[in-house]
Amino acid sequence: MKLFHTKRRNILPGFGLSMGYTVFYLSAIVIVPLSMIFFNTVPMGWEPFVHAVTAPRVLASYRLSFSTAFFAAVFDALAGLLTAWVLVRYRFPGKQFLDALVDLPFALPTAVAGICFATLYSPVGWLGETLTKWNITIINSATGIVIALVFIGFPFVVRTIQPVLEEVEQEIEEAAHCLGATRWQTFKRILLPHLFPALLTGSTLAFARGIGEYGSVIFIAGNLPMKTEIAPLMIMSKLDQFDYAGASAVALVLLLISFSMLLILNAIQEWQQKEYR
Amino acid sequence: MLKEPTPETAPIVNKRVSDPLPVQIMLIGMMVLFFIGFIFLPLGLVFAQAFQKGLAFYLESITESYAIEAVKLTLTTVAIVVPLNAFFGVTAAWAITKFNFAGKAALKTLLDLPFAVSPVIAGLIFVLLVGSRTPFGSWLGEHGIKIIFSTPGIVIATLFVTFPFVVRELIPLMEAQGRDEEEAALTLGARGWQIFGKITLPNISWGLLYGMILCGARSIGEFGAVSVVSGHIRGQTNTIPLHVEILYSEYNFAASFAVASILVFLALLTVTLKVAMEKQFQKNSFHH
Repeated sequence: MKLFHTKRRNILPGFGLSMGYTVFYLSAIVIVPLSMIFFNTVPMGWEPFVHAVTAPRVLASYRLSFSTAFFAAVFDALAGLLTAWVLVRYRFPGKQFLDALVDLPFALPTAVAGICFATLYSPVGWLGETLTKWNITIINSATGIVIALVFIGFPFVVRTIQPVLEEVEQEIEEAAHCLGATRWQTFKRILLPHLFPALLTGSTLAFARGIGEYGSVIFIAGNLPMKTEIAPLMIMSKLDQFDYAGASAVALVLLLISFSMLLILNAIQEWQQKEYR
Repeated sequence: MLKEPTPETAPIVNKRVSDPLPVQIMLIGMMVLFFIGFIFLPLGLVFAQAFQKGLAFYLESITESYAIEAVKLTLTTVAIVVPLNAFFGVTAAWAITKFNFAGKAALKTLLDLPFAVSPVIAGLIFVLLVGSRTPFGSWLGEHGIKIIFSTPGIVIATLFVTFPFVVRELIPLMEAQGRDEEEAALTLGARGWQIFGKITLPNISWGLLYGMILCGARSIGEFGAVSVVSGHIRGQTNTIPLHVEILYSEYNFAASFAVASILVFLALLTVTLKVAMEKQFQKNSFHH
Protein backbone atom coordinates (compact mmCIF):
# COMPACT_ATOMS: atom_id res chain seq x y z
CA MET A 1 0.00 0.00 0.00
CA LYS A 2 2.97 2.32 0.48
CA LEU A 3 3.35 2.57 -3.25
CA PHE A 4 0.16 4.56 -3.39
CA HIS A 5 -0.28 7.76 -1.56
CA THR A 6 -3.17 7.25 0.79
CA LYS A 7 -4.72 10.11 2.65
CA ARG A 8 -5.80 8.11 5.63
CA ARG A 9 -4.57 4.90 7.12
CA ASN A 10 -6.89 1.95 7.20
CA ILE A 11 -7.43 1.08 10.83
CA LEU A 12 -10.81 -0.65 10.81
CA PRO A 13 -10.80 -4.44 10.79
CA GLY A 14 -12.24 -6.73 8.14
CA PHE A 15 -10.63 -5.46 4.96
CA GLY A 16 -9.27 -8.84 3.85
CA LEU A 17 -12.50 -10.67 4.53
CA SER A 18 -14.87 -8.14 2.98
CA MET A 19 -12.63 -7.46 -0.02
CA GLY A 20 -12.04 -11.17 -0.59
CA TYR A 21 -15.75 -11.92 -0.57
CA THR A 22 -16.50 -8.93 -2.80
CA VAL A 23 -13.99 -10.04 -5.42
CA PHE A 24 -15.14 -13.67 -5.19
CA TYR A 25 -18.86 -12.88 -5.55
CA LEU A 26 -18.27 -10.29 -8.28
CA SER A 27 -16.22 -12.83 -10.25
CA ALA A 28 -18.66 -15.68 -9.76
CA ILE A 29 -21.82 -13.78 -10.63
CA VAL A 30 -20.62 -11.15 -13.09
CA ILE A 31 -17.07 -11.40 -14.45
CA VAL A 32 -16.77 -15.12 -15.20
CA PRO A 33 -20.24 -15.45 -16.76
CA LEU A 34 -19.73 -12.28 -18.85
CA SER A 35 -16.36 -13.50 -20.07
CA MET A 36 -18.15 -16.48 -21.65
CA ILE A 37 -19.30 -14.14 -24.41
CA PHE A 38 -15.67 -13.46 -25.22
CA PHE A 39 -14.59 -17.12 -24.98
CA ASN A 40 -17.40 -18.21 -27.26
CA THR A 41 -16.66 -15.56 -29.86
CA VAL A 42 -12.86 -15.88 -30.09
CA PRO A 43 -12.77 -19.49 -31.40
CA MET A 44 -14.99 -18.39 -34.27
CA GLY A 45 -12.14 -16.56 -35.95
CA TRP A 46 -12.33 -13.11 -37.47
CA GLU A 47 -14.11 -13.77 -40.74
CA PRO A 48 -16.99 -15.88 -39.45
CA PHE A 49 -17.42 -13.29 -36.70
CA VAL A 50 -17.67 -10.44 -39.18
CA HIS A 51 -19.96 -12.56 -41.30
CA ALA A 52 -22.22 -13.24 -38.30
CA VAL A 53 -22.50 -9.64 -37.16
CA THR A 54 -22.88 -8.12 -40.62
CA ALA A 55 -25.58 -10.45 -41.88
CA PRO A 56 -28.36 -8.25 -43.30
CA ARG A 57 -30.88 -9.38 -40.70
CA VAL A 58 -28.47 -8.66 -37.84
CA LEU A 59 -27.49 -5.28 -39.24
CA ALA A 60 -31.14 -4.38 -39.65
CA SER A 61 -31.74 -5.30 -36.01
CA TYR A 62 -28.83 -3.14 -34.79
CA ARG A 63 -30.07 -0.25 -36.87
CA LEU A 64 -33.59 -0.66 -35.50
CA SER A 65 -32.46 -0.96 -31.88
CA PHE A 66 -30.28 2.14 -32.18
CA SER A 67 -32.69 4.37 -34.01
CA THR A 68 -35.66 3.48 -31.79
CA ALA A 69 -33.59 3.86 -28.60
CA PHE A 70 -32.30 7.20 -29.90
CA PHE A 71 -35.71 8.64 -30.72
CA ALA A 72 -37.09 7.36 -27.44
CA ALA A 73 -34.21 9.02 -25.57
CA VAL A 74 -34.83 12.33 -27.34
CA PHE A 75 -38.54 12.17 -26.54
CA ASP A 76 -37.72 11.21 -22.94
CA ALA A 77 -35.36 14.18 -22.67
CA LEU A 78 -38.22 16.53 -23.58
CA ALA A 79 -40.91 14.82 -21.53
CA GLY A 80 -38.50 14.30 -18.63
CA LEU A 81 -37.37 17.93 -18.59
CA LEU A 82 -40.98 19.09 -18.68
CA THR A 83 -41.98 16.71 -15.88
CA ALA A 84 -39.01 17.58 -13.68
CA TRP A 85 -39.67 21.28 -14.20
CA VAL A 86 -43.35 21.03 -13.33
CA LEU A 87 -42.73 18.77 -10.32
CA VAL A 88 -39.97 20.96 -8.88
CA ARG A 89 -41.29 24.42 -9.65
CA TYR A 90 -45.07 24.39 -9.53
CA ARG A 91 -47.56 23.67 -6.81
CA PHE A 92 -50.77 21.91 -7.68
CA PRO A 93 -53.01 19.25 -6.16
CA GLY A 94 -51.93 15.67 -6.80
CA LYS A 95 -48.31 16.63 -7.36
CA GLN A 96 -46.87 14.11 -4.91
CA PHE A 97 -48.98 11.38 -6.42
CA LEU A 98 -47.63 12.09 -9.92
CA ASP A 99 -44.12 12.39 -8.54
CA ALA A 100 -44.37 8.91 -7.03
CA LEU A 101 -45.76 7.47 -10.27
CA VAL A 102 -42.65 8.61 -12.18
CA ASP A 103 -40.96 5.51 -10.77
CA LEU A 104 -43.62 3.14 -12.03
CA PRO A 105 -41.67 2.13 -15.17
CA PHE A 106 -38.81 1.07 -12.85
CA ALA A 107 -41.13 -1.01 -10.70
CA LEU A 108 -43.48 -2.44 -13.30
CA PRO A 109 -42.25 -5.70 -14.85
CA THR A 110 -41.32 -5.07 -18.47
CA ALA A 111 -43.52 -7.88 -19.75
CA VAL A 112 -46.58 -6.21 -18.21
CA ALA A 113 -45.67 -2.90 -19.86
CA GLY A 114 -45.24 -4.82 -23.10
CA ILE A 115 -48.66 -6.44 -23.14
CA CYS A 116 -50.26 -3.16 -22.03
CA PHE A 117 -48.89 -1.15 -24.93
CA ALA A 118 -49.53 -3.94 -27.41
CA THR A 119 -53.17 -4.07 -26.30
CA LEU A 120 -53.63 -0.28 -26.14
CA TYR A 121 -52.42 0.18 -29.71
CA SER A 122 -53.89 -2.98 -31.25
CA PRO A 123 -56.46 -2.21 -33.99
CA VAL A 124 -59.25 -2.86 -31.48
CA GLY A 125 -57.45 -1.24 -28.53
CA TRP A 126 -58.39 1.97 -26.69
CA LEU A 127 -55.97 4.08 -28.70
CA GLY A 128 -55.37 1.81 -31.66
CA GLU A 129 -58.98 1.93 -32.81
CA THR A 130 -58.95 5.68 -33.35
CA LEU A 131 -55.46 5.65 -34.81
CA THR A 132 -56.43 2.94 -37.29
CA LYS A 133 -59.22 5.18 -38.55
CA TRP A 134 -56.59 7.83 -39.25
CA ASN A 135 -54.45 5.21 -40.99
CA ILE A 136 -51.77 5.25 -38.33
CA THR A 137 -50.37 1.87 -37.35
CA ILE A 138 -48.39 1.68 -34.16
CA ILE A 139 -48.34 -2.03 -33.57
CA ASN A 140 -45.73 -4.09 -35.48
CA SER A 141 -43.84 -0.91 -36.37
CA ALA A 142 -40.80 1.03 -35.21
CA THR A 143 -43.13 3.67 -33.74
CA GLY A 144 -44.54 1.04 -31.39
CA ILE A 145 -41.04 0.15 -30.23
CA VAL A 146 -40.29 3.82 -29.60
CA ILE A 147 -43.45 4.13 -27.47
CA ALA A 148 -42.45 1.17 -25.30
CA LEU A 149 -38.92 2.54 -24.91
CA VAL A 150 -40.19 6.02 -24.01
CA PHE A 151 -42.05 4.43 -21.12
CA ILE A 152 -39.00 2.45 -19.98
CA GLY A 153 -36.53 5.36 -20.19
CA PHE A 154 -38.73 8.15 -18.80
CA PRO A 155 -37.82 7.85 -15.08
CA PHE A 156 -34.07 7.95 -15.84
CA VAL A 157 -34.34 11.49 -17.20
CA VAL A 158 -36.72 12.84 -14.56
CA ARG A 159 -34.75 11.38 -11.67
CA THR A 160 -31.42 12.77 -12.92
CA ILE A 161 -32.72 16.28 -13.60
CA GLN A 162 -34.87 16.68 -10.48
CA PRO A 163 -32.06 16.96 -7.89
CA VAL A 164 -30.07 19.38 -10.07
CA LEU A 165 -33.09 21.59 -10.65
CA GLU A 166 -33.89 21.58 -6.94
CA GLU A 167 -30.43 22.96 -6.18
CA VAL A 168 -30.55 25.81 -8.64
CA GLU A 169 -30.52 29.02 -6.65
CA GLN A 170 -33.52 31.03 -7.58
CA GLU A 171 -31.56 34.21 -6.85
CA ILE A 172 -29.83 33.72 -10.19
CA GLU A 173 -33.16 33.82 -11.94
CA GLU A 174 -34.20 36.84 -9.92
CA ALA A 175 -30.97 38.57 -10.90
CA ALA A 176 -31.64 37.81 -14.55
CA HIS A 177 -35.15 39.12 -14.11
CA CYS A 178 -33.86 42.35 -12.57
CA LEU A 179 -31.44 42.77 -15.44
CA GLY A 180 -34.38 42.67 -17.80
CA ALA A 181 -34.25 39.14 -19.13
CA THR A 182 -37.49 37.51 -20.10
CA ARG A 183 -38.45 34.14 -18.60
CA TRP A 184 -37.61 32.40 -21.84
CA GLN A 185 -34.20 34.09 -22.04
CA THR A 186 -33.50 33.12 -18.44
CA PHE A 187 -34.44 29.54 -19.17
CA LYS A 188 -32.45 29.33 -22.39
CA ARG A 189 -29.35 31.19 -21.27
CA ILE A 190 -29.09 30.28 -17.60
CA LEU A 191 -31.11 27.26 -16.62
CA LEU A 192 -30.72 25.06 -19.66
CA PRO A 193 -26.89 25.21 -19.74
CA HIS A 194 -26.94 24.38 -16.03
CA LEU A 195 -29.27 21.43 -16.50
CA PHE A 196 -27.66 20.21 -19.69
CA PRO A 197 -25.16 17.70 -18.20
CA ALA A 198 -27.92 16.09 -16.14
CA LEU A 199 -30.19 16.04 -19.15
CA LEU A 200 -27.47 14.37 -21.18
CA THR A 201 -26.76 11.83 -18.43
CA GLY A 202 -30.43 10.98 -18.06
CA SER A 203 -31.07 10.54 -21.74
CA THR A 204 -27.86 8.52 -22.20
CA LEU A 205 -29.08 6.19 -19.46
CA ALA A 206 -32.43 5.94 -21.21
CA PHE A 207 -30.70 5.30 -24.53
CA ALA A 208 -28.43 2.60 -23.10
CA ARG A 209 -31.37 0.92 -21.43
CA GLY A 210 -33.36 1.14 -24.65
CA ILE A 211 -30.73 -0.65 -26.73
CA GLY A 212 -30.87 -3.74 -24.54
CA GLU A 213 -34.56 -3.67 -23.67
CA TYR A 214 -36.49 -6.82 -24.47
CA GLY A 215 -39.63 -7.52 -22.42
CA SER A 216 -41.56 -4.36 -23.11
CA VAL A 217 -40.70 -4.30 -26.81
CA ILE A 218 -41.31 -7.78 -28.20
CA PHE A 219 -45.09 -7.70 -27.71
CA ILE A 220 -45.68 -4.46 -29.59
CA ALA A 221 -42.91 -4.98 -32.16
CA GLY A 222 -44.44 -7.96 -33.91
CA ASN A 223 -40.89 -9.20 -34.62
CA LEU A 224 -41.06 -9.19 -38.41
CA PRO A 225 -37.69 -10.18 -39.94
CA MET A 226 -35.74 -7.22 -41.35
CA LYS A 227 -38.44 -4.83 -40.18
CA THR A 228 -39.21 -4.97 -36.49
CA GLU A 229 -36.67 -7.38 -35.03
CA ILE A 230 -34.63 -5.75 -32.26
CA ALA A 231 -31.03 -6.78 -31.55
CA PRO A 232 -31.76 -8.68 -28.29
CA LEU A 233 -34.36 -10.68 -30.18
CA MET A 234 -31.71 -11.70 -32.73
CA ILE A 235 -29.67 -13.14 -29.85
CA MET A 236 -32.76 -14.95 -28.65
CA SER A 237 -33.53 -16.48 -32.04
CA LYS A 238 -29.91 -17.57 -32.60
CA LEU A 239 -30.03 -19.20 -29.20
CA ASP A 240 -33.21 -21.03 -30.12
CA GLN A 241 -31.37 -22.51 -33.11
CA PHE A 242 -28.48 -23.51 -30.79
CA ASP A 243 -26.18 -21.15 -32.71
CA TYR A 244 -24.23 -20.27 -29.56
CA ALA A 245 -21.29 -18.70 -31.40
CA GLY A 246 -23.59 -16.52 -33.50
CA ALA A 247 -25.53 -15.45 -30.43
CA SER A 248 -22.32 -14.51 -28.60
CA ALA A 249 -21.05 -12.57 -31.62
CA VAL A 250 -24.21 -10.46 -31.78
CA ALA A 251 -24.09 -10.07 -28.00
CA LEU A 252 -20.43 -9.03 -28.03
CA VAL A 253 -21.07 -6.13 -30.38
CA LEU A 254 -24.04 -5.04 -28.29
CA LEU A 255 -21.97 -5.29 -25.10
CA LEU A 256 -19.08 -3.28 -26.50
CA ILE A 257 -21.50 -0.55 -27.48
CA SER A 258 -23.17 -0.56 -24.06
CA PHE A 259 -19.81 -0.38 -22.32
CA SER A 260 -18.70 2.54 -24.42
CA MET A 261 -21.95 4.25 -23.50
CA LEU A 262 -21.04 3.66 -19.86
CA LEU A 263 -17.61 5.21 -20.41
CA ILE A 264 -19.10 8.21 -22.18
CA LEU A 265 -21.46 8.57 -19.25
CA ASN A 266 -18.58 8.57 -16.77
CA ALA A 267 -16.86 11.24 -18.86
CA ILE A 268 -20.03 13.36 -18.86
CA GLN A 269 -20.32 13.04 -15.10
CA GLU A 270 -16.69 14.01 -14.54
CA TRP A 271 -17.16 17.01 -16.79
CA GLN A 272 -20.31 17.87 -14.85
CA GLN A 273 -18.46 17.73 -11.54
CA LYS A 274 -15.61 19.88 -12.81
CA GLU A 275 -18.05 22.42 -14.15
CA TYR A 276 -19.76 23.01 -10.83
CA ARG A 277 -17.05 22.50 -8.28
CA MET B 1 -27.95 13.27 17.87
CA LEU B 2 -27.31 16.96 18.20
CA LYS B 3 -30.25 19.26 18.60
CA GLU B 4 -33.23 18.84 16.36
CA PRO B 5 -32.81 21.02 13.27
CA THR B 6 -35.52 23.47 12.49
CA PRO B 7 -37.89 22.26 9.79
CA GLU B 8 -37.32 23.78 6.43
CA THR B 9 -38.62 27.30 6.73
CA ALA B 10 -41.32 28.35 4.38
CA PRO B 11 -40.22 30.96 1.86
CA ILE B 12 -40.49 34.35 3.46
CA VAL B 13 -41.22 36.07 0.23
CA ASN B 14 -43.84 34.11 -1.64
CA LYS B 15 -43.69 36.21 -4.75
CA ARG B 16 -40.79 34.53 -6.45
CA VAL B 17 -39.86 34.95 -10.04
CA SER B 18 -42.03 32.31 -11.58
CA ASP B 19 -43.71 31.47 -14.81
CA PRO B 20 -46.96 33.25 -15.68
CA LEU B 21 -50.07 31.30 -14.76
CA PRO B 22 -51.09 30.43 -18.35
CA VAL B 23 -47.63 28.95 -18.96
CA GLN B 24 -47.88 26.97 -15.74
CA ILE B 25 -51.28 25.63 -16.68
CA MET B 26 -50.11 24.73 -20.16
CA LEU B 27 -47.00 22.87 -18.93
CA ILE B 28 -48.92 21.05 -16.20
CA GLY B 29 -51.49 20.11 -18.82
CA MET B 30 -48.84 18.72 -21.15
CA MET B 31 -47.36 16.68 -18.33
CA VAL B 32 -50.72 15.31 -17.28
CA LEU B 33 -51.40 14.37 -20.89
CA PHE B 34 -48.12 12.46 -21.00
CA PHE B 35 -49.00 10.70 -17.76
CA ILE B 36 -52.41 9.75 -19.09
CA GLY B 37 -50.94 8.23 -22.23
CA PHE B 38 -48.00 6.47 -20.68
CA ILE B 39 -48.99 5.69 -17.09
CA PHE B 40 -52.73 5.90 -16.44
CA LEU B 41 -54.06 4.31 -19.63
CA PRO B 42 -51.77 1.25 -19.33
CA LEU B 43 -52.65 0.85 -15.64
CA GLY B 44 -56.36 1.24 -16.30
CA LEU B 45 -56.13 -1.17 -19.17
CA VAL B 46 -54.68 -3.92 -17.00
CA PHE B 47 -57.68 -3.86 -14.70
CA ALA B 48 -60.22 -3.39 -17.47
CA GLN B 49 -58.83 -6.40 -19.30
CA ALA B 50 -58.39 -8.44 -16.15
CA PHE B 51 -62.03 -8.07 -15.18
CA GLN B 52 -63.51 -8.26 -18.69
CA LYS B 53 -64.86 -11.75 -18.00
CA GLY B 54 -66.01 -10.93 -14.50
CA LEU B 55 -64.74 -11.36 -11.00
CA ALA B 56 -65.17 -15.14 -10.96
CA PHE B 57 -62.93 -15.59 -13.99
CA TYR B 58 -60.40 -13.19 -12.49
CA LEU B 59 -60.21 -15.14 -9.26
CA GLU B 60 -60.02 -18.40 -11.14
CA SER B 61 -57.15 -17.10 -13.29
CA ILE B 62 -55.03 -16.10 -10.35
CA THR B 63 -55.76 -19.18 -8.24
CA GLU B 64 -55.45 -21.76 -11.00
CA SER B 65 -52.66 -24.28 -10.28
CA TYR B 66 -50.15 -23.03 -12.91
CA ALA B 67 -50.55 -19.49 -11.64
CA ILE B 68 -49.97 -20.64 -8.06
CA GLU B 69 -46.87 -22.56 -9.17
CA ALA B 70 -45.59 -19.45 -10.94
CA VAL B 71 -46.13 -17.36 -7.80
CA LYS B 72 -44.31 -19.98 -5.73
CA LEU B 73 -41.35 -20.07 -8.09
CA THR B 74 -41.12 -16.28 -8.16
CA LEU B 75 -41.25 -16.10 -4.36
CA THR B 76 -38.59 -18.81 -4.07
CA THR B 77 -36.35 -16.85 -6.42
CA VAL B 78 -36.86 -13.63 -4.48
CA ALA B 79 -36.22 -15.40 -1.18
CA ILE B 80 -32.83 -16.60 -2.43
CA VAL B 81 -31.76 -13.63 -4.51
CA VAL B 82 -32.51 -10.73 -2.16
CA PRO B 83 -30.59 -12.02 0.91
CA LEU B 84 -27.58 -13.05 -1.21
CA ASN B 85 -27.33 -9.71 -2.99
CA ALA B 86 -28.05 -7.81 0.24
CA PHE B 87 -25.26 -9.66 2.04
CA PHE B 88 -22.93 -8.94 -0.85
CA GLY B 89 -24.04 -5.31 -0.95
CA VAL B 90 -23.18 -4.75 2.69
CA THR B 91 -19.84 -6.56 2.41
CA ALA B 92 -18.78 -4.74 -0.74
CA ALA B 93 -19.91 -1.36 0.58
CA TRP B 94 -17.93 -1.99 3.78
CA ALA B 95 -14.80 -2.82 1.80
CA ILE B 96 -15.21 0.15 -0.52
CA THR B 97 -16.22 2.87 1.89
CA LYS B 98 -14.26 2.00 5.04
CA PHE B 99 -10.85 1.50 3.43
CA ASN B 100 -8.52 3.20 0.97
CA PHE B 101 -7.06 1.05 -1.75
CA ALA B 102 -5.88 1.33 -5.31
CA GLY B 103 -8.40 0.59 -8.04
CA LYS B 104 -11.45 1.61 -6.04
CA ALA B 105 -12.98 3.57 -8.91
CA ALA B 106 -12.52 0.62 -11.27
CA LEU B 107 -14.16 -1.72 -8.78
CA LYS B 108 -17.13 0.60 -8.44
CA THR B 109 -17.55 0.66 -12.22
CA LEU B 110 -17.45 -3.15 -12.31
CA LEU B 111 -20.21 -3.30 -9.71
CA ASP B 112 -22.48 -1.33 -12.05
CA LEU B 113 -21.71 -3.54 -15.01
CA PRO B 114 -24.92 -5.62 -14.94
CA PHE B 115 -26.94 -2.44 -15.51
CA ALA B 116 -25.24 -1.99 -18.87
CA VAL B 117 -26.01 -5.52 -20.00
CA SER B 118 -29.16 -6.37 -21.92
CA PRO B 119 -31.37 -8.82 -19.99
CA VAL B 120 -31.20 -11.25 -22.89
CA ILE B 121 -27.39 -11.25 -22.70
CA ALA B 122 -27.69 -11.77 -18.94
CA GLY B 123 -29.52 -14.98 -19.70
CA LEU B 124 -27.25 -15.94 -22.58
CA ILE B 125 -24.06 -15.86 -20.51
CA PHE B 126 -25.42 -18.49 -18.13
CA VAL B 127 -26.50 -20.72 -21.00
CA LEU B 128 -22.93 -20.39 -22.31
CA LEU B 129 -21.50 -21.13 -18.87
CA VAL B 130 -23.61 -24.00 -17.58
CA GLY B 131 -25.94 -24.95 -20.46
CA SER B 132 -26.18 -28.64 -21.31
CA ARG B 133 -24.11 -28.14 -24.48
CA THR B 134 -21.10 -26.68 -22.69
CA PRO B 135 -18.29 -28.77 -21.12
CA PHE B 136 -19.03 -27.58 -17.60
CA GLY B 137 -22.76 -27.97 -18.07
CA SER B 138 -22.51 -31.50 -19.43
CA TRP B 139 -20.21 -32.46 -16.56
CA LEU B 140 -22.81 -31.12 -14.14
CA GLY B 141 -25.48 -33.01 -16.07
CA GLU B 142 -23.60 -36.29 -15.65
CA HIS B 143 -23.70 -35.69 -11.94
CA GLY B 144 -27.42 -35.07 -12.06
CA ILE B 145 -27.27 -31.31 -11.63
CA LYS B 146 -29.45 -29.33 -13.96
CA ILE B 147 -29.13 -25.57 -13.92
CA ILE B 148 -30.41 -24.21 -17.19
CA PHE B 149 -34.14 -24.82 -17.77
CA SER B 150 -34.64 -25.27 -14.04
CA THR B 151 -34.89 -23.19 -10.87
CA PRO B 152 -31.12 -22.69 -10.23
CA GLY B 153 -30.76 -21.11 -13.67
CA ILE B 154 -33.58 -18.68 -12.95
CA VAL B 155 -31.98 -17.84 -9.62
CA ILE B 156 -28.48 -17.12 -10.98
CA ALA B 157 -29.77 -15.09 -13.92
CA THR B 158 -31.82 -13.02 -11.47
CA LEU B 159 -28.80 -12.69 -9.17
CA PHE B 160 -26.87 -11.19 -12.07
CA VAL B 161 -29.59 -8.76 -13.11
CA THR B 162 -30.24 -7.47 -9.58
CA PHE B 163 -26.59 -7.58 -8.53
CA PRO B 164 -25.96 -3.78 -8.25
CA PHE B 165 -29.20 -2.71 -6.53
CA VAL B 166 -28.24 -2.98 -2.85
CA VAL B 167 -24.58 -2.06 -3.16
CA ARG B 168 -25.23 1.09 -5.16
CA GLU B 169 -27.71 2.32 -2.54
CA LEU B 170 -25.23 1.67 0.26
CA ILE B 171 -22.01 3.12 -1.17
CA PRO B 172 -23.11 6.78 -1.39
CA LEU B 173 -24.84 6.51 1.99
CA MET B 174 -21.81 5.03 3.74
CA GLU B 175 -19.44 7.41 1.99
CA ALA B 176 -21.46 10.33 3.32
CA GLN B 177 -21.43 8.85 6.82
CA GLY B 178 -17.67 8.43 6.83
CA ARG B 179 -15.69 6.28 9.25
CA ASP B 180 -15.42 8.48 12.31
CA GLU B 181 -18.02 6.66 14.38
CA GLU B 182 -16.51 3.25 13.62
CA GLU B 183 -13.00 4.46 14.32
CA ALA B 184 -14.10 6.02 17.59
CA ALA B 185 -15.66 2.70 18.59
CA LEU B 186 -12.41 0.94 17.71
CA THR B 187 -10.36 3.21 19.94
CA LEU B 188 -12.86 2.56 22.72
CA GLY B 189 -12.08 -1.14 22.41
CA ALA B 190 -14.98 -2.49 20.36
CA ARG B 191 -14.28 -5.51 18.23
CA GLY B 192 -15.00 -5.75 14.51
CA TRP B 193 -18.41 -7.40 14.67
CA GLN B 194 -19.48 -5.16 17.53
CA ILE B 195 -18.61 -2.10 15.49
CA PHE B 196 -20.53 -3.43 12.54
CA GLY B 197 -23.57 -4.60 14.51
CA LYS B 198 -23.92 -1.64 16.84
CA ILE B 199 -22.82 1.25 14.66
CA THR B 200 -22.70 0.57 10.95
CA LEU B 201 -25.80 -1.59 10.60
CA PRO B 202 -28.18 0.76 12.49
CA ASN B 203 -26.79 3.65 10.44
CA ILE B 204 -27.44 1.99 7.12
CA SER B 205 -30.61 0.05 7.95
CA TRP B 206 -32.95 2.26 5.90
CA GLY B 207 -30.67 2.34 2.90
CA LEU B 208 -30.27 -1.42 3.10
CA LEU B 209 -34.00 -2.00 3.27
CA TYR B 210 -34.53 0.41 0.40
CA GLY B 211 -31.99 -1.40 -1.77
CA MET B 212 -33.55 -4.74 -0.88
CA ILE B 213 -36.99 -3.53 -1.93
CA LEU B 214 -35.65 -2.38 -5.31
CA CYS B 215 -33.79 -5.67 -5.66
CA GLY B 216 -36.91 -7.62 -4.76
CA ALA B 217 -39.10 -5.70 -7.18
CA ARG B 218 -36.72 -6.36 -10.04
CA SER B 219 -36.40 -10.04 -9.07
CA ILE B 220 -40.17 -10.44 -9.24
CA GLY B 221 -40.45 -8.70 -12.58
CA GLU B 222 -37.34 -9.83 -14.45
CA PHE B 223 -38.38 -11.16 -17.83
CA GLY B 224 -35.66 -11.19 -20.51
CA ALA B 225 -32.92 -12.97 -18.59
CA VAL B 226 -35.28 -15.46 -16.99
CA SER B 227 -36.97 -16.08 -20.30
CA VAL B 228 -33.66 -17.29 -21.80
CA VAL B 229 -32.77 -19.71 -19.02
CA SER B 230 -36.20 -20.95 -18.00
CA GLY B 231 -37.32 -23.12 -20.91
CA HIS B 232 -40.95 -22.15 -20.17
CA ILE B 233 -42.04 -25.41 -18.59
CA ARG B 234 -45.47 -24.81 -17.14
CA GLY B 235 -45.83 -25.47 -13.45
CA GLN B 236 -42.07 -25.95 -13.17
CA THR B 237 -39.97 -23.14 -14.57
CA ASN B 238 -42.54 -20.44 -15.14
CA THR B 239 -42.22 -17.29 -13.09
CA ILE B 240 -45.13 -14.83 -12.87
CA PRO B 241 -43.97 -12.65 -15.80
CA LEU B 242 -43.36 -15.73 -17.96
CA HIS B 243 -46.81 -17.03 -17.07
CA VAL B 244 -48.26 -13.69 -18.19
CA GLU B 245 -46.41 -14.00 -21.48
CA ILE B 246 -47.60 -17.56 -22.15
CA LEU B 247 -51.24 -16.73 -21.44
CA TYR B 248 -50.95 -13.66 -23.66
CA SER B 249 -49.42 -15.57 -26.56
CA GLU B 250 -52.27 -18.07 -26.27
CA TYR B 251 -54.70 -15.16 -26.75
CA ASN B 252 -56.04 -15.78 -23.26
CA PHE B 253 -55.96 -12.04 -22.63
CA ALA B 254 -58.31 -11.90 -19.64
CA ALA B 255 -56.28 -14.47 -17.71
CA SER B 256 -52.99 -12.90 -18.80
CA PHE B 257 -54.01 -9.46 -17.53
CA ALA B 258 -55.48 -10.98 -14.38
CA VAL B 259 -52.10 -12.46 -13.49
CA ALA B 260 -50.42 -9.22 -14.64
CA SER B 261 -52.61 -7.30 -12.20
CA ILE B 262 -50.80 -9.06 -9.34
CA LEU B 263 -47.56 -7.62 -10.69
CA VAL B 264 -49.16 -4.18 -11.02
CA PHE B 265 -50.24 -4.33 -7.36
CA LEU B 266 -46.69 -5.21 -6.38
CA ALA B 267 -45.27 -2.40 -8.53
CA LEU B 268 -47.63 0.13 -6.96
CA LEU B 269 -46.67 -1.21 -3.54
CA THR B 270 -42.99 -0.78 -4.40
CA VAL B 271 -43.53 2.80 -5.51
CA THR B 272 -45.49 3.56 -2.33
CA LEU B 273 -42.81 2.00 -0.12
CA LYS B 274 -40.18 3.97 -1.98
CA VAL B 275 -41.90 7.27 -1.23
CA ALA B 276 -42.40 6.30 2.42
CA MET B 277 -38.77 5.30 2.78
CA GLU B 278 -37.44 8.42 1.11
CA LYS B 279 -39.23 10.39 3.81
CA GLN B 280 -37.49 8.24 6.42
CA PHE B 281 -34.22 8.84 4.64
CA GLN B 282 -34.64 12.57 4.86
CA LYS B 283 -35.49 12.31 8.55
CA ASN B 284 -32.44 10.14 9.13
CA SER B 285 -30.10 12.32 7.14
CA PHE B 286 -30.82 15.21 9.51
CA HIS B 287 -29.03 13.25 12.18
CA HIS B 288 -25.84 12.99 10.22
